[in-house]
Amino acid sequence: MSTLSISKAIREGLHEEMVRDENVVVLGEDMAVMGNVFAITQGFLDEFGPNRVIDTPISESGFTGMAVGMAMRGLRPVVEWMYDDFITVCLDPVMNQAAKMRYMTGGQVKIPIVFRAPIGAGRRNAGQHSQCLEALFTHIPGLKVVCPSTGADAKGLLKSAIRCDDPVVFLEHKLLYAKKEQIPDGEYLIPLGKADVKRPGKDLTILTWSRQVYFSLEAAETLAAQGIDAEVVDLRTLVPLDWEAIRASVQKTGNVMVVEEGVRRGGVGAELAAEIQEELFDDLDAPVARVAGANIVPPFSPPLEDVMFPHPADIVAAAHKLLAK
Amino acid sequence: MATYEKDFLLRLYGGMVRVRRFEEKAADCFTKGMLAGNIHLCIGQEASVVGSNAALRPTDYITSTHRGHGHLLAKGADSKKMMAELFGKSTGYCHGKGGSMHAADVSLGILGANGIVGAGIPIATGSGMASKIKGTDEVTLCFFGDSASNQGTFHESINMAAAWKLPVVYLCENNHYGVSTEIHRVTNTENLSVRAKAYDIPGVTVDGCDVLAVYEAVKTAVERARAGEGPSLVENVVYRWQGHYCGDPAVYRPKEYLEEAHAHDPIANFRKKLLADGTATEAELDAIDQQMADEIEAAYEFADSSPYPDPSEAFTDVYSEDNERCVAR
Repeated sequence: MSTLSISKAIREGLHEEMVRDENVVVLGEDMAVMGNVFAITQGFLDEFGPNRVIDTPISESGFTGMAVGMAMRGLRPVVEWMYDDFITVCLDPVMNQAAKMRYMTGGQVKIPIVFRAPIGAGRRNAGQHSQCLEALFTHIPGLKVVCPSTGADAKGLLKSAIRCDDPVVFLEHKLLYAKKEQIPDGEYLIPLGKADVKRPGKDLTILTWSRQVYFSLEAAETLAAQGIDAEVVDLRTLVPLDWEAIRASVQKTGNVMVVEEGVRRGGVGAELAAEIQEELFDDLDAPVARVAGANIVPPFSPPLEDVMFPHPADIVAAAHKLLAK
Repeated sequence: MATYEKDFLLRLYGGMVRVRRFEEKAADCFTKGMLAGNIHLCIGQEASVVGSNAALRPTDYITSTHRGHGHLLAKGADSKKMMAELFGKSTGYCHGKGGSMHAADVSLGILGANGIVGAGIPIATGSGMASKIKGTDEVTLCFFGDSASNQGTFHESINMAAAWKLPVVYLCENNHYGVSTEIHRVTNTENLSVRAKAYDIPGVTVDGCDVLAVYEAVKTAVERARAGEGPSLVENVVYRWQGHYCGDPAVYRPKEYLEEAHAHDPIANFRKKLLADGTATEAELDAIDQQMADEIEAAYEFADSSPYPDPSEAFTDVYSEDNERCVAR
């Protein structure tokens, strides 16, 4: 084990894959000379050269679409959008091209692209640099969606995403980058579509991912002191979904809560709640609860932004309400 | 024309006739209600389609558009699989999952037609980038229409290709109309090739109804790209004989447009030239006409008699890996 920041763990995973496979190339804004705004590709330009570490112009639609052509020609591009909010200017190459190309061509092509993007609120970046848009991506057939929480998971999942022959949207929470964690030594992979129980418990299942895993774990400690034993299931990937892990936890606890940072309306939690209630109704002691971001635009001012996304106290309160039903 | 081999000239002629017969047959089937959805025909644009592709090697790549049947056929696509795809049959290029606007044959370097105007331009640019990264010498020919030149993808892509000297030929088929909107109503410049100046790359406007003029202009651009000197913009001025889609009465166009279009018939005019300079006899050209008509009739019969895909096929190939689980939830 070594202690690394999560951004360094991501850097390590990307680095290992670039060494392993010369078809892996990274492109995006400020990826080469600067080495990325979060230092993910620092030193890569010197090591891999300008053909594999590409500084693009601020042309998200152009370079994202370019990655589709590169993938059709056998490369494995890792594209970065500087913030996931920027998807608004390049949704066509993601939704209409990358996601659909295999299907529309009757399986003739593979589109092995990883779209990396920082997500999330809490840095006072205001309305256009703070969203968690994973629900938007899960709505698009053809895309896989990964939202790691820990550095160890991020590294192993990124390596799997790069080796995956499908387009993968890989969302990294900005406020986790600097967090230092234990990362296993040596090469390892974490498969897409495998959840991880971060804290076992018997009274309540919390389904969550990304930064809210930490908030859920904090809430679980508070609940434990109050005699409630919560199980925190880190879904890690939203597509494919680890339904077996969800089923096992729900059947154990009978009480389920989905905790997400993205806005509540049309969120991933809505989808999970519907699936669970349709498929596992007899296992439930109460309706599935949701703790999610407010249906508002990310505000700038700290006291405003802080009420936008869930905090551990919100999760604790929701747990009591759920168990009282 | 004396500078060209007879075989080459007859191949161009036959290629154009083949595309037109295909489009006419597709239109006939569509009108009879045999095809679902929509089709966009390239009748009148055959010289651009065939002359451009003639400048490529088999190992080169193309990207196409919603008006793509001709581009694909001229790059070597099988007319049977093309027609079957239009029919939505399991024997089609995409097993019926793509249809007219998404036909592709990647093994022939055809990176796909595309239903989104301008979306093929960055894909072609990425293909050019792949050649550069791999150090191989394929050229990518990127077809798009006049209206796509007003998409951001056009500007973003050509800017990058010019900055990085990518081996791409941007081929604008200017048929004057984006659905119903005449290009000059929404664009300030007389020609579209002048936009090349903004990126400091060569730009030429060509009579897109003259198959040899197209061939020469694209050949020059392809050679430049293959030599590592970067992209070019070629504008082929063409006429879209049909409306935007098959069945569109095109009431938005003046009747002079069609008169002018017919006067520029790329096939009739090339046939006259071949006869006038003694390259070929009427009998030789008639034989080519018959050969193409027979091929397209066979393609139609193949498509019509092929089975539809089983409904269960709808759920396959959304993903390369873990498809069933990803489709289930």
